[in-house]
Amino acid sequence: MKNKINLVILFIFIIFCFIIFFKGLNNSNIYTPINNVEKNLPIFKARDFISNTHIDSANIFAEESYYIVNIWASWCAPCRKEHPLLMELQKNKSIKLIGLNYKDNLNNAKKFINELGNPYTKILIDKDGTLSVEFGAYGVPETFLINKDKKIIKKYVGPINQKIVQEIKLIVK
Amino acid sequence: MKNLNFFLIIFLIIGFSQIKSEEKNDELKIKILKNIRCLICQGQSVYDSESDFASSIKLIVDRKIESGITEDQIYDFLREKYGDWVIYDPKLNKNTYFLWLLPLLLFLVGGAIIVKNLIFKK
Repeated sequence: MKNKINLVILFIFIIFCFIIFFKGLNNSNIYTPINNVEKNLPIFKARDFISNTHIDSANIFAEESYYIVNIWASWCAPCRKEHPLLMELQKNKSIKLIGLNYKDNLNNAKKFINELGNPYTKILIDKDGTLSVEFGAYGVPETFLINKDKKIIKKYVGPINQKIVQEIKLIVK
Repeated sequence: MKNLNFFLIIFLIIGFSQIKSEEKNDELKIKILKNIRCLICQGQSVYDSESDFASSIKLIVDRKIESGITEDQIYDFLREKYGDWVIYDPKLNKNTYFLWLLPLLLFLVGGAIIVKNLIFKK
């Protein structure tokens, strides 16, 4: 009798392990930080891409409107791909786009903007990547949606697509 | 001459204490960087990684140590930006109770079985 109980317990244990590992097979083993938690906007000072002067974050996000912070670089191929969508978003009157030029060569970045158009109301220089860390980014491109209360409400890792553009338009409506 | 000797000694003491504090900062920096997970080369610490993300984090940790921010405050900063997972040594909170308490539970259950068997044998 005792042997039978032990056998049943062993069987249940093996089934339990099997289910755990089987479920684990479908999970991605690449960790992405939780994206959709409201976060406060970081306070920082950054250099302006055009005027080359330092600006405070309070002045950058001064207006009462939705803001999109897009991290981009001229060397990043997916940024080139998402650029037309940013140009489309720029037409929306309730959004202001802020670009964060990530670890880039200034001349190449200017060429990129001249060639593909400038969707940003302001571009900030992030020469050493530390400004992107303030936003909680870890690569390029990344896009953040900031609401009127100056909270980061959405974070999109990787290039944005048409579906994301529609989602953003719905939120800022 | 006496004055000169005096200043020389003071100068040396200041110089050595400067080196000592820099060494201490370097040790702390290495300890912190080894405890931060690189989100680009997952499985590597920021200390071992050469990715763009890791180099930015190294800079930030360096600046924060220099401005006198403590180790725990640095971890809190990174945790706020990237979540618990970015630190190799996670804090005890509601998400990590299971992680921290399971080994203890297994130890207690295992110990109980051993003790029970020993008494039973006797």
